[in-house]
Amino acid sequence: MSQNDLHYVRTEMALPQPAPLRERGPVAWIRKNLFANPFDSVLTIIGMIIVIMILPPLVDWALVQAQWTGTDRTFCSTVAQGGIQPEGWSGACWAFVNAKFGQFMFGRYPIEERWRVILVAIMFVALLVPLLIPRVPRKGLNAFLFLVVFPIVAAFLLIGGFFGLPHVETPLWGGLLVTLTLSYVGIVVSLPLGILLALGRRSKMPVVKMLSVIFIETVRGVPLITVLFMASVMLPLFLPAGVSFDKFLRALIGVSLFASAYMAEVVRGGLQAIPKGQYEGADSLGLSYWQKTGLIILPQALKLVIPGIVNTFIGLFKDTSLVYIISMFDLLGVVRQNFSDPAWASPQTPASGLVFAALVFWMFCFGMSRYSIYMEHRLDTGHKR
Amino acid sequence: MATQDIPQDVGGGRASLLYDPKVRGIFFQILVVVALTAFVYWIIGNTIENLKRANIASGFAFLNGRAGFDVSDTLIQFDSDSTYKRALLVGLINTVVVAGAGIVTASILGFLIGIGRLSNNWLIRKICTVYVELFRNIPPLLVIFFWYFGVLSVLPLPKESIELPFGSYLNSRGFYFPKAVWGEGAWLIGVALLLGIAMSWFVARQARQRQMATGATFPVFWTSLALIVGLPLLALVATGFPVSFDLPQKSTFNLTGGLQIKPEFLSLYLALSFYTAAFIAEIVRAGIRGVNKGQTEASSALGLRSGQALRLVVVPQAMRIVIPPLTSQFLNLTKNSSLAIAIGYPDLVAVGGTVLNQTGQAIEIVVIWMVVYLGLSLITSAFMNWFNAKMALVER
Repeated sequence: MSQNDLHYVRTEMALPQPAPLRERGPVAWIRKNLFANPFDSVLTIIGMIIVIMILPPLVDWALVQAQWTGTDRTFCSTVAQGGIQPEGWSGACWAFVNAKFGQFMFGRYPIEERWRVILVAIMFVALLVPLLIPRVPRKGLNAFLFLVVFPIVAAFLLIGGFFGLPHVETPLWGGLLVTLTLSYVGIVVSLPLGILLALGRRSKMPVVKMLSVIFIETVRGVPLITVLFMASVMLPLFLPAGVSFDKFLRALIGVSLFASAYMAEVVRGGLQAIPKGQYEGADSLGLSYWQKTGLIILPQALKLVIPGIVNTFIGLFKDTSLVYIISMFDLLGVVRQNFSDPAWASPQTPASGLVFAALVFWMFCFGMSRYSIYMEHRLDTGHKR
Repeated sequence: MATQDIPQDVGGGRASLLYDPKVRGIFFQILVVVALTAFVYWIIGNTIENLKRANIASGFAFLNGRAGFDVSDTLIQFDSDSTYKRALLVGLINTVVVAGAGIVTASILGFLIGIGRLSNNWLIRKICTVYVELFRNIPPLLVIFFWYFGVLSVLPLPKESIELPFGSYLNSRGFYFPKAVWGEGAWLIGVALLLGIAMSWFVARQARQRQMATGATFPVFWTSLALIVGLPLLALVATGFPVSFDLPQKSTFNLTGGLQIKPEFLSLYLALSFYTAAFIAEIVRAGIRGVNKGQTEASSALGLRSGQALRLVVVPQAMRIVIPPLTSQFLNLTKNSSLAIAIGYPDLVAVGGTVLNQTGQAIEIVVIWMVVYLGLSLITSAFMNWFNAKMALVER
């Protein structure tokens, strides 16, 4: 009698069956994400039409048809417009951007002195990059160099007038140099000023509180242009006769004050979000007002409002383009100014110059916003619900 | 019996006045007031002296002087013989018009894109994301320039205008469209429209009350649509079509007739709408995501379709999150409309700038600007606060 054990026990797991074909692979993905229901399909088709209407012509204009090299307007205009391009040609005139690149970066800064701007730019990057990477040590020293030493050195280098460096007047500055200088000063001044205003607004001293509220609300209620106009036409009236400010400095003051009012509101939001227990805890430890604020409240409050602070920075960076209106030439202003250069005037010049400027602005602003997202995640201590 | 010595506060043990926070506060505030007063006194002194030297009479009397310049885009009667006051009024009206039009378009576009960013449709989601990331990160002035120099000024000349449907044309001088000329009895149509709106409001109220009382619903939307569209149409037929259209006509060099929208207005309006829509889209997205997921799940558990859940449950709650930041975007748009000066659209700032150059009355003009913009901000926030209070959660 044979003892056959008919029981069969599997010792290993069966391999999982692949999902049915209509649940995986590109076809299923398309069904799920593009054609889930009739309405969805209509949306997809509308979206496709939008993409087809925009993307191929854009690529064609910016890359395929574009004129990359050239020395004057004839390279970017059609025969009828007095150029060399065939009739009906429409492409970006990168030759214009190429020829004017120096101006876009430095404005009318003398060509033989431009190494000074480049040196400042190298110092700026060399100090900023380690400050932004959390792993690099000696943050305190780095911040000191970046926020205190660098502005002084940069100001001496850019303005000149000593050690045999020729003096370069600020009306000659322009392009990205002006954009970045305005933004740097605006950011460095507006953050501490904004914090002070926010603290003032929450202060228990009625006079300080009232003054802060008036300043913040007035500045936030009017457009930056009026503040810049005020800096350019009213400030000279306020000063004694004979005393005159540099126009660039006036714009700097206007932009910084404007940004600090917005910064104050962002910081106030953070201050309000700190629970009362933190204030009381600090008081019970016997800390003074400034110890309490600097050691307990601000570190928590500022961390909470990083996105808001960076948004204000981005807004400030974009707003620097408004100095064009009080006839200073930042990147956008220089691009705009060059439209009327008879050597380059063609129907394609404005769009090409503006797309280039947009690209530069976009890279800076997008970079800032990505970094803020990264920092927000890094500093997130998990208390957020 | 155990006794405890409670230290008594006898005056002598008090800390010095120097360390009393109250005294310090008062002292500090007096210091601020004195410093500020001295500063303002110094400024006023300088200003008076400077004005005297420049021979400028301060005060608002100059507003009644003859302007002597023309304004390209006016909605009210204005010529170079009008007063400065009227010029500034023209500017103010232009500001309000462009800001109002921009707010409406930006809101619609922003809501669509914001909802699109949360769509299940991959393509729509990506398009909306690209739009938002593009427009949020470039300056508004650049967008205005792009429309003005990059798009509108390279359109063909009037001779070769692009023809659009309904007899409208697009060329480098702007957008031309037919003007409706109302004949006799046309006022009836307006009355019918108003009546339609009033009746739909009444119907909506009745339907709401009935639904509250009995639970029975009423097709309010279709009824209102029929009332608002149908009544004026009926009036139109009854009065025998008292309307004709003044179509833009091509002549040798220009288009004549019809209504023209200037490229300055068009580029400012388009740029402000596109730029602000990106921010509104982000606010709307944050608002919808801020509504608890349980709300959506509960509404589908109740058997609502996803469209109904969105309309009846999610959006009303999202609106509460959306309105405050939306208000500040509206204010931003109004303030950004001052960029008109860069392309020569005569808004308040541009007109004021011209007046300032002609008269040298810097302080008065800047004061007018500030007062007007602060006023516009206050009106917008007051309206949005009222709307916010209406939408707010009604709690017991």
